[in-house]
Amino acid sequence: MTEKRKAIALISGGLDSLLAAKVIQEQGVHVEGINFFTGFCVEGHTHAIRKKDRARPKRNNALWVAEQLGIKLHLVDIVEEYKEVVFNPKHGYGANLNHCLDCKIFMVKKAHEWIRANGFDFIITGEVLGQRPMSQRKDTMPVVSRDSGANDLLLRPLCAKYQPITKPELEGWVDREKLYNFNGRSRKPQMALAREFGLTDYAQPAGGCCFLTDVQYSSKLADLWQARGEKQYEMDDIMLLKVGRHLRPRPNFKLIISREEGEGNFLQGYRKQFINLKTTSHAGPMALLDGQVDEADIQLAARIVARYSQGKQEQQVVVEVADLAGNIRELTVAPLPSEDVLEEWHL
Amino acid sequence: MSRVIVDARRLLCPMPVIRVQDRAKGLAPGAVIEAVCTDPGVLNDIPAWCRINGHKVLETRNENDEYIVVLEIGEE
Repeated sequence: MTEKRKAIALISGGLDSLLAAKVIQEQGVHVEGINFFTGFCVEGHTHAIRKKDRARPKRNNALWVAEQLGIKLHLVDIVEEYKEVVFNPKHGYGANLNHCLDCKIFMVKKAHEWIRANGFDFIITGEVLGQRPMSQRKDTMPVVSRDSGANDLLLRPLCAKYQPITKPELEGWVDREKLYNFNGRSRKPQMALAREFGLTDYAQPAGGCCFLTDVQYSSKLADLWQARGEKQYEMDDIMLLKVGRHLRPRPNFKLIISREEGEGNFLQGYRKQFINLKTTSHAGPMALLDGQVDEADIQLAARIVARYSQGKQEQQVVVEVADLAGNIRELTVAPLPSEDVLEEWHL
Repeated sequence: MSRVIVDARRLLCPMPVIRVQDRAKGLAPGAVIEAVCTDPGVLNDIPAWCRINGHKVLETRNENDEYIVVLEIGEE
């Protein structure tokens, strides 16, 4: 009896990886999924914070895809190891701080390590030739195979006919004739294949699955590195970059100001790690102050926070300031006029 | 049967699921995990993870802004 071959599929939660896994599953291969958590994944985060998003369905699409396919999903925390890829991408950054080629190489490399440790035979990705400007080009796809170390154990079912033959095809584990030749940015072939499989409900992420492709997020991360004088971050840093208004009125400090109640509650969780401010005479935001400050800076910060409160038109607003030792005092300040909140302060 | 507490407070999904998954490794069928979380997303994500891995959700509850999911490890 022929041994049933085993493949691990990189599952992002989007349509392409769902289809790639399904195509190989249909060929009688045992497929399991793997999903890497970098900390920058768009999936699942901010909707847990903002109150206005709490009514939205909170499904994790990678788990949902695994459930649709009836496969196991291995969730892997790579936050620490991934930092080196973020700081020093060998192939450089894209339009923002995205480093898609190095990211793909890293993930396939981790998947390759996983299959060796777990007795699986090959790796599947949902890559489509020409769909992404960095990692899914004709000239960069072989780089992913080579630099990840996976080489001919990496099979891309959706565009396999544009790729050199891989070991799973050569050995007859999968039938190359039943693989695809999708290319370009059009989603129509994938949607047609989804219909063929009877799939009508699937995630259609806009703007990719990584915060580093977002111009505003990248700008805030670049500011963080500049302010600290080094490329470094912790998990709390990258979470906080997703929340609130970020303003840097002086080079030595920035403010993170909640935009609504959900964000305010989230920022409350950090009040022992940052000087924090909130208005007490009027309803207003919660704000964290990140940096080394003197009294003049705190006065300015309080006036800015007052500007975003319901007392912004008043002569005076009372702002409660708590320092890192937990000492609390009240400042009575004039809200900063909107024209004095400079555009360049906004990150 | 053993009961294990996983403290996933202040973690946002999928980290609570990863904590539960990693703690579940090596536990015998019938062992119980109680995950204490603050991200309401766990009410969907941990049950979904249980369904695809053959575990059973015994209870979900909301207490003082904490979301608690109790599950039983299934047969491999």
